[in-house]
Parts: sequence; C-alpha cells; structure tokens
Amino acid sequence: MSYASGGGAHAQSQGMVDHSIVGQITAAQNAARLRFRLTFVAVWIAIIVGIGVALAAANAWDWEFALESGPVIVLQGAGITVLISVASIVGATILAILGALGRISTNPILYAIASFYVSLIRGTPLIAQIYIIYFALPQLDIVIPAIPAGILALSLNYGAYMTEIFRAGIQAVPRGQREAAGALGMRQAHIMRRIVLPQAVRIVTPAIGNEFIAMLKDSALLSTISVHETLFLAQRLGRSSFEPITALLIAAIVYWILTIVFSIFQERLEKRMARSDR
Amino acid sequence: MTDEPLPDLGVRPATSTSGYARGSSLPSHIGDPIVKIEGLHKYFGSNHVLRGLDLEVRQREAVMIIGRSGSGKTTLLRCINFLEEPSAGTIEVDGVRLEADPLHSRSRAFQERVRQIRLRAGMLFQEFNLFPHMSVLGNCIEAPTRVLGLPQDKAVERAEYYLEVVGLGEKRDEYPSRLSGGQKQRVAIARALCMEPKVLLFDEPTSALDPELIGEVLRVMEDLAHAGTTMIVVTHEMHFAREAADRVVFMESGVVIEQGPPEQVLDNPKHAETTHFLRRFLDQ
Ligand SMILES: Nc1ncnc2c1ncn2[C@@H]1O[C@H](COP(=O)(O)OP(=O)(O)OP(=O)(O)O)[C@@H](O)[C@H]1O
Ligand SMILES: [Mg+2]
Repeated sequence: MSYASGGGAHAQSQGMVDHSIVGQITAAQNAARLRFRLTFVAVWIAIIVGIGVALAAANAWDWEFALESGPVIVLQGAGITVLISVASIVGATILAILGALGRISTNPILYAIASFYVSLIRGTPLIAQIYIIYFALPQLDIVIPAIPAGILALSLNYGAYMTEIFRAGIQAVPRGQREAAGALGMRQAHIMRRIVLPQAVRIVTPAIGNEFIAMLKDSALLSTISVHETLFLAQRLGRSSFEPITALLIAAIVYWILTIVFSIFQERLEKRMARSDR
Repeated sequence: MTDEPLPDLGVRPATSTSGYARGSSLPSHIGDPIVKIEGLHKYFGSNHVLRGLDLEVRQREAVMIIGRSGSGKTTLLRCINFLEEPSAGTIEVDGVRLEADPLHSRSRAFQERVRQIRLRAGMLFQEFNLFPHMSVLGNCIEAPTRVLGLPQDKAVERAEYYLEVVGLGEKRDEYPSRLSGGQKQRVAIARALCMEPKVLLFDEPTSALDPELIGEVLRVMEDLAHAGTTMIVVTHEMHFAREAADRVVFMESGVVIEQGPPEQVLDNPKHAETTHFLRRFLDQ
C-alpha cells in the first residue's frame, strides 16, 4: 500500500503516472490477499480434520447418535437458546437503561437503588442468581417457571453489566446536544428520551452485540434448572443413549456456530452504522 | 403558504424612542426594550467572570458584543437563557422576569420559568449542535411539535419556510453529517427560527467554520438583522458588526465598558480599553 502510493508520488513528481506499474502492484496485492485467505481456510480445515481423526481414533464420536439426536439438539435446543438470549438481551437492555439513568441521576434515592443493583449483581455469581430465582423464591411463594426464571436471571445479570455500558454511552453524547435541546425549551425527560438516548444506543450497539454473544453461551447455565436449551438436551440425550461425549461435542459445535453467525451479523450491522454515520 | 402568522421579518416603525444608549437618537426601526439584564454576576468558583453587568436590548435591534478572549462574552450569552446559572442579577426576556437564585434553582417552578425564557430566546452555538440522528426537517420540527404542540403539518410548513429563509429548502431530508459547516449553522438558525423566539442569541456562530464558509452564514444573519430580527451576537467579525449592528457593545472583565452605534465604537471609541482592544485586534 505504502509502496504503491510512494511509487505513484514518484511518478507524479516527474509529471506522469506509470499506469502499468500501478496495475501490477494492485494485482500483486490482490494475489497476496487471496493467498492469505486460502491459507487461513486450509489451516482451519486441517485443525478440524485433525480433531475429527483424533476423536474417531479414540472412538469418542458416534455417528449413529449424532445423526439421530443431533437434529433434536440443533433444532429444539438451539431454538430455545436463541429465544432465551434474545428475550434476555431485550430485558437486560431495558434494565440497563433504567440502571444507567439511576447511575447518572442527581436524585440520591434513584442513584442508591441503581448502585445497589449493580453492586449486588456484579458481586455474585450468575449461577447463584439463577438458583436463587428458581429454587429460593418459591420458598417465599414466588414460583416462576424455568424459562421465565432463566430469562429473568440473565436479564438481571446482564442488565447490571450493561448499566455501566449505557452510562458511559449516555455520557459520551456531547454536552452541546443537551444544551441545544434545552435551549429549544425541551424538558429533561424529553431531552433524554428523544435526543440523548437514541444517540447513546448507537454508541453502545457494538457493545450490546458483544454482550449478546456472551449471553448465548452463558444461557447454557440454565441447563441446571432444566430449561430445555442446547446443553440440557445434549446432556439428557447423551446420558440416555450412553453417548455423553458425542452429545457434548454437538452442543459445543452448536454454540460455536451460533456465535460465529451472530458475530458476522454484528460486523455487518456495525459496518452499516459506520457507513450511515449519523 | 401558511395560515400561521409568520413573524414579521420586515421593518416596522418604532413604538418608542426613549432612552436609547446614552441619549443618542434612536434609529426609527428600533422598538421597546425586550431583553433586560440587570446587575448580572457570575462566579466560576472564585473566578468572578461577570461583575454586575447591565444591558438592555430593544425590539428589532441587532446588538454585537465584542471583547477580548476571557472577558465573559460567552458566559453572558449563556446566562441570558440560563444554560449557565447566574450567581446574582435579573434577566428579563419579553416580560418573563427571573432573578438569579442559585440556592433554589432546582425547583420545578424555577425551571419552568427558565423554560419560558428559553422559549423566547433562541440560541446558536459555535459548534452548531444539530441533532445528528434526525434529518434537517426532523431537527426543525422536533421542538415545535413536542414543545409548542404545533400539529405536524403546520410544523413542517413552518420548517420549510425557514429553511427557505436560510437558503436550504432543498436539504430538508438530508442528515447533518452530509452538510458542510456553513450549511449546518444555517440549519441551526432555521431550527431556532422555527420556535419563533423574540430574540436570537449567537455565540461566535462562524468561529468553527472554514474561512470560505463564513460568508454564507454572515449573509443570512445580516438578512435577519436587516429584516428586523432582534439579536445579540458575540462576534470577532468586525466587518460584519459594522455592516449589521445597530449597536456594538465592548465588554471587558465582565462589564460593559462602552457601547453605541458601530461607527462610534469601532471608529471613534471613547475608552482607552476599547482603542487598545481594537488596535490589538487589527494587528492580528
Ligand atoms: N464552565 C466554566 N467553568 C469554569 N470557568 C469557566 C467556565 N466557562 C468559562 N469560564 C471562565 O470564565 C471566563 C470567561 O469565559 P468566557 O468563555 O465567557 O469568555 P469569552 O469572552 O467568551 O472568551 P472567548 O472570546 O475566548 O470565547 C474565563 O476566564 C473562563 O476561563
Ligand atoms: Mg466565547
């Protein structure tokens, strides 16, 4: 790249551009890029084949089970995993916005509540939060079915972490935006809802994407409260047909593919937002 | 084009001739006082920036404020609509009078009066501060619809009218990121005009602009001034002040040192500080 522009500048300083040189350099760069990509794909395939051969040699992978139970794990389990993650990221986002508003509030009560929430949730393990909501709340006569309980736990947990993300996002909106809105006679709530939050959401969208991908994997913890998601189904089917390893491997592959798919999706979204650049 | 009465941008005869700056004769288009600033003080910590400043601005008057960096020009403008909280003094805009009360300014009643002042005093910033997530039209109708309660179609008509006034009618559906600095500032002016304020406050509206874009903004402002828009402008553009100002105000260390018609203040200043400032300014 630098070589190409250097060559161009040199040619220009002599009052002409040697187009054939520029073309050759571009072609060479394209070839180098293609070689890089092909090598990348080859290495991945080699590693995957290597692992496959090792598993086959160890008799760890059972094709019969994989073909019979695999589709159930993929279709049903992955469906529930995605459904729970989507519902939870929505819940977490709402909680995070409320939390962030509390954390920047000058009202001491709101600030205290939001701070307590963030501190408590970030200071305790997610698995403990899941157990408390599913197993301990019924002691207080609050019974929540497994899936809503799981969504609630994930929402609460991620909402606390995302509170800080949103707080930073809100504070990243330039002060002049609030001042201009205020100077137009808008009230505080209006300024927050129509001017600051929409810009803050754009700022934190990439971070929300990361949280969502992390959540896809953390949702596996809900297998411990019998939510029929990917890992739970894999464990149950694996146990009943004495193929636990194959089942776990299928589950792992499902999570892996889901994260790859959503990473690509996120990358696209970010690029599109960067392009529209509002 | 619209049945809303649009503000009179044309020159109207004066309704009063009393008490114009230091008894000099009042230009015929100038009306009654509409902005009154009395005994304005502002401290930033122990930094006493505004020191008992008095200023009156009349209807259809274009007042240009000049003064060296740090003399408190921006602070004065921001105190008028309470973007900066005055430490003491009284602000009155179009009959809405508010005495500084830093200890109780968080109260709902106080904030509501601040809002009443802001509805009457439109503000233009150095950095434009357009809302980047809204189109030009969106910027212009947000406050009219949601603050003034104007119906959507009326607000759009009004926005189109003022975008035409600033020469950007064809940009209504663009987003701010696709506009030049000069266009952004003109949209900001249209956005402020859409609220039909009684006075426009400009804080160095061209100082963030590339030199070749300054002219288009100053031209719009000059048109507004000549059409009788009341405005208070902090500026370093002396040529513009000379052309468009009814009155030039020279500030120093948080007080008004000298004021009067541009030819008087700029060409025959009475005070040594003014002379000194103008000489240093012209040397640059
Ligand atoms: N938010 C603030 N906090 C603390 N001090 C401030 C603040 N804003 C302004 N000041 C101080 O107040 C004084 C006057 O500042 P101001 O911005 O009003 O000057 P100005 O006349 O507008 O100058 P310039 O021509 O450079 O824009 C300066 O000493 C400045 O440091
Ligand atoms: Mg300033």
